[in-house]
Amino acid sequence: MGRILVCIKGVPKPGTVKVDKETHTLCRKSAELILNPPDRPALEVAQRLKDQANFEVIAISMGPPNMVPVLQKVYALGVDDIYLISDRAFAGSDTLATSRILAKALSLLSPFDLVVMGARSIDGETGQVPPETASLLNLPSITYVKEIRYVDGKFIAIREDDFGEEEMEFYPPAVVSIVPEIDYVRPPSLKRLLSIKEVTPKILTNAELNLDEASIGLSGSPTQVADVFEKTFVSRGEIFEGEPDELAEKLIEVLKEKGFLA
Amino acid sequence: MLIEFPLKEEHKIMIDLIKEIGETYIKPYSLEWDEKEAYDATPIKALAQADLFGLIIPKEYGGLGFGTFEMCLAVEWLSYFCAGVSTTYAASFLGAYPIILFGSKEQKERYLPSIAKGEKLCAFALTEPQAGSDAFAIKTTAKKDGDFYILNGIKQWITNGGIADIYIVIALTDPAKGARGASAFIVEKGDPGFVVGKKEKKLGLRASLTTDLIFNDCQIPKERLIAKEGMGFMVALKTLDYARCGAGAQALGIAQAALEVSLKHAKTRVQFGQPVYQFQAVSHTFAEMAMRLSSARALVYSVCHYIDSVAKDFSGASAMAKCFATDQAMWITERAIQMMGGYGYMRDYPVQKFFRDAKCLQIYEGTNEIQRNVIARELAKWIKV
Repeated sequence: MGRILVCIKGVPKPGTVKVDKETHTLCRKSAELILNPPDRPALEVAQRLKDQANFEVIAISMGPPNMVPVLQKVYALGVDDIYLISDRAFAGSDTLATSRILAKALSLLSPFDLVVMGARSIDGETGQVPPETASLLNLPSITYVKEIRYVDGKFIAIREDDFGEEEMEFYPPAVVSIVPEIDYVRPPSLKRLLSIKEVTPKILTNAELNLDEASIGLSGSPTQVADVFEKTFVSRGEIFEGEPDELAEKLIEVLKEKGFLA
Repeated sequence: MLIEFPLKEEHKIMIDLIKEIGETYIKPYSLEWDEKEAYDATPIKALAQADLFGLIIPKEYGGLGFGTFEMCLAVEWLSYFCAGVSTTYAASFLGAYPIILFGSKEQKERYLPSIAKGEKLCAFALTEPQAGSDAFAIKTTAKKDGDFYILNGIKQWITNGGIADIYIVIALTDPAKGARGASAFIVEKGDPGFVVGKKEKKLGLRASLTTDLIFNDCQIPKERLIAKEGMGFMVALKTLDYARCGAGAQALGIAQAALEVSLKHAKTRVQFGQPVYQFQAVSHTFAEMAMRLSSARALVYSVCHYIDSVAKDFSGASAMAKCFATDQAMWITERAIQMMGGYGYMRDYPVQKFFRDAKCLQIYEGTNEIQRNVIARELAKWIKV
């Protein structure tokens, strides 16, 4: 039986996120976390491979302890096991430091046939982690995959890009990222939902990963964020009221005033 | 609404799951399925993957081992999104009940695990062209021939015809004995001499499939007989006793949806300078709808609990739940259209669909007239003079 590792991320539920003013990072500890929506298609693709060729599917996530309920819900989607990579030393990691941590954790779970990730996260929106992790693992990377089949020891993936689709054939292991939207994702299983509390993720800390602290966390992150701020409304829009003809004239006047019309 | 019925944690988890399925796989498409009169297998696949076909299947056969109450909660909330989809779902339970209640160990082992996984859908076939409410008038025959039975006849208006893999068919093994000469059989898709007839065009429940089943010297192994020869009507009636609450539960879901959609409309639709809900004629109608829905729900839930408390005889109780709740749903959906005026009548809005869907509930699984006969018959037994 082969093994597929699916890397997932907890992202702050839109509307609940706070920004740490000192480090310019998102406060993940206080936010209510949800599964990064583009990771759901990634899990589905892995599950379909499990249905098709009986792979073992393991979901793995790096995050704070409040990631546990998200991982439990992922378990309810049918994966075989869940892992949480969690350590204070990992906090503040940018995409490169994150990829270092993931690459190390994934190698602890080897041998595996495939690493599957969502195309990007809806908080950072960089899409860098899948190819970075592949590179650190010295594995081929295929991005924007919409479908994979397993045939005679090989994977056949259909990749989507701006110009159309291409079919790629490759031998395991490899790292793929999945398009954010696919035709169907399965719902969780009721049986698993009812026993969710009995399932806890296996925890990997830096004691297991044994990474140099200078290469991880905030200090190991070459990306230095200059500023992250919460959106505030600085000025209110002006509302004109009146008859359509008057309003049209008023609008032309304002546009001329602002220099948009000659 | 105004009453919160006490639910266990597991029930809340199940309802949340069904709402997730409803929002994702049903709600965006239900008006389109209705318009095109199209069956879509996607929500059925989702329900299967969510283990929801296993609700009433015993645990030893891979199900969840739940009772009538949980089945009804699931059917109620599915119906909230689309009663067509919930009909496909509930009709499969109707076909599974005879195997659960009366099947041999071998039959249970052969069929229940794949039913629980949702890999195989079921159907229940009793009605014939000349035998509707008068079920005893069936003409389909099953003749013993060595190790086989040979079935001949036509079943009509069978929900899940064509998409089901397992059909429970009531046929006469001894026509001379009348009602005592009927037996229940399991017919599988692909059995020789069994074909599915034309698809019916319906007023409502249009996302579900209804067809004829035709048996022309259909040969099935003798092990497909459920229970014993002569027990066909007993199997059928007991099955309907259990399943009738499901029709009542469908009524609750449809009525709930109709009430919500029309109430939202009434509170935002401005006429004569105020939301129409401010007019007493309108708000009192909603007050009446809420009372009728709440009392229907109270009755259906209490009958479910009564059945699940291992009540032996509950024909009258389940007939009350079915008849009362479906009559209320008909009234509520009709009023919901009225409360929305022209918008209620337009097919761009869902309330007219709720109304058409609700109509069938007063007819199928025993018309509400037959339910009243059952209630009256049981009532007469209760007071002995």
